[in-house]
Amino acid sequence: MSVDTDTVKRVAGLARIAVSEEQAETMTGELNTILGFVEQLNEVDIDGVETMTSVLPMAAKQRKDVINDGGKPEDIVANSPLTEDHFFAVPKVVE
Amino acid sequence: MTELTKLTISDAREKLAQKEISSAELTESYIGAIEAANDSLNAYVALTFDQARSMAKASDERLSSGSGGALEGIPLGIKDLFCTQGVHSQACSHILDGFKPRYESTVTANLWADGAVMLGKLNMDEFAMGSSNETSYYGPVTNPWRANGSDQALVPGGSSGGSASAVAAQMCAGATATDTGGSIRQPAAFTGTVGIKPTYGRCSRWGVVAFASSLDQAGPITRSVRDSAIMLKSMASVDEKDTTSANIPVPDYEAAIGKSVKGMRIGIPAEYVADDMPEEITALWEQGKAWLKEAGAEIVPISLPHTKYALPAYYIVAPAEASSNLARYDGVRYGLRVEGEDIVDMYEKTRAAGFGDEVKRRVLIGTYVLSAGYYDAYYLRAQKVRTLIKRDFETVFADGVDAILTPATPSAAFAIGDESMKADPVKMYLNDIFTVTVNMAGLPGISVPAGINKDGLPLGLQVIGKAFDEETLFSVGEVLEQAAGRFSPKQWW
Repeated sequence: MSVDTDTVKRVAGLARIAVSEEQAETMTGELNTILGFVEQLNEVDIDGVETMTSVLPMAAKQRKDVINDGGKPEDIVANSPLTEDHFFAVPKVVE
Repeated sequence: MTELTKLTISDAREKLAQKEISSAELTESYIGAIEAANDSLNAYVALTFDQARSMAKASDERLSSGSGGALEGIPLGIKDLFCTQGVHSQACSHILDGFKPRYESTVTANLWADGAVMLGKLNMDEFAMGSSNETSYYGPVTNPWRANGSDQALVPGGSSGGSASAVAAQMCAGATATDTGGSIRQPAAFTGTVGIKPTYGRCSRWGVVAFASSLDQAGPITRSVRDSAIMLKSMASVDEKDTTSANIPVPDYEAAIGKSVKGMRIGIPAEYVADDMPEEITALWEQGKAWLKEAGAEIVPISLPHTKYALPAYYIVAPAEASSNLARYDGVRYGLRVEGEDIVDMYEKTRAAGFGDEVKRRVLIGTYVLSAGYYDAYYLRAQKVRTLIKRDFETVFADGVDAILTPATPSAAFAIGDESMKADPVKMYLNDIFTVTVNMAGLPGISVPAGINKDGLPLGLQVIGKAFDEETLFSVGEVLEQAAGRFSPKQWW
């Protein structure tokens, strides 16, 4: 499978990365090189093979459903580029 | 490089315990070494000398009262991927501009609890994506090694290039690093240092900036096998804050150093050959087999038939996980923000300005393989191939093989700005051809310097072990180190 420049622009939109026409063209070539490289996986017979979900056998950890962290709004917003009263501030999203 | 910075961690520990030296003196020596070398090598991206001096002072007090920890007073460098409270932690990305976490990663907290001293944060490929340390926002790291009679700047490998370069150039006694596809072992091989990627789940991932969560593992880079055992013992822990942290006690890895390998069965996989692999790599591998045989190990030919599919499967699984993990960098909660016409425009402009080319490539590949209609063909298939890769290893271990010996890399260090690698991303990815299988299977692997090539550059061998059997890697690694000796670059900086 290979991608065209329109597909690259659509995927970049999904990934929320702005790309110029020129960048999209360059990336198309690079992504096709990578997709060409991974193509060889089609040679592998995967019939009846289980999908890996955990690289080592481990049971999901459980803990009591209690509040075990919090009460530090200053810490949470400390690194934000724009905050107001312990809220993250973003451009208007509702009309 | 001074007499004090030459000391291994184990030697320094001895001299500190005997009060022959103080941590303050040792720390000052490293600070001097960094000041002298960092302009040339670019290994550190943030220096924390004030913090280092106060930590060293506190260490000296604990040493004099006899309450020193396992790494008391030992000056270390920390890869920029680890969150360190109040200190530059940006995964060497522009998108994390100015980020100073309010918390400490579990691995670094473990090191400080054992008395280690922090010198600063080390350069790396952006978000650990790279094999040459050229994708860092802070510029490439230079390898302290140069080819004989040449002053061409070489890469230290990646992504933990700053860690490897700093350890080899004696700008720290040891360094933390991380390995998703070979990012500890490949730079260790390129710089004549020792690096171990432990079993998945051995070191907590809490507070380590995530790249590909099912593959990422932290480990040390050091100047001796023993030093790696000492550092890993402190770094590893059972951690409630990481759901994939293994609930298995951390053994005393140092006790495995010096243990005989007599009677061990060492597997040699037929598939570990690369196209155009230089003769010197084959010769090094032969030499490694001969050393282990002399030490009483049995050399057994083995087959890991799905080896060639590990790298292509990795380039689906790792970018898929990365595209998901890196979704959090949106200009809202931390780091860079580029304003836009509306919120989507702000996201898109921020991510376009904040991510470098290699990161964008991988996020796009990951987004594509996870997108509607392609998931089964790519991601699901890759995860099934991963099951087969793991099964290959399980089969040989079940047949009585104790560890596997392979080359660490298909070549020695190459030049910064290599044109053929710039033109073809896959050519750069092939650097990890011998290391990536280990991440895909969750196993431990160590890279040990084993020789110098005809140009005077170091080469490494890799030993792969069973899950949670790092001890065997340290025993076998020590035998290789004893036979090969240790290597350090000639100072030119």
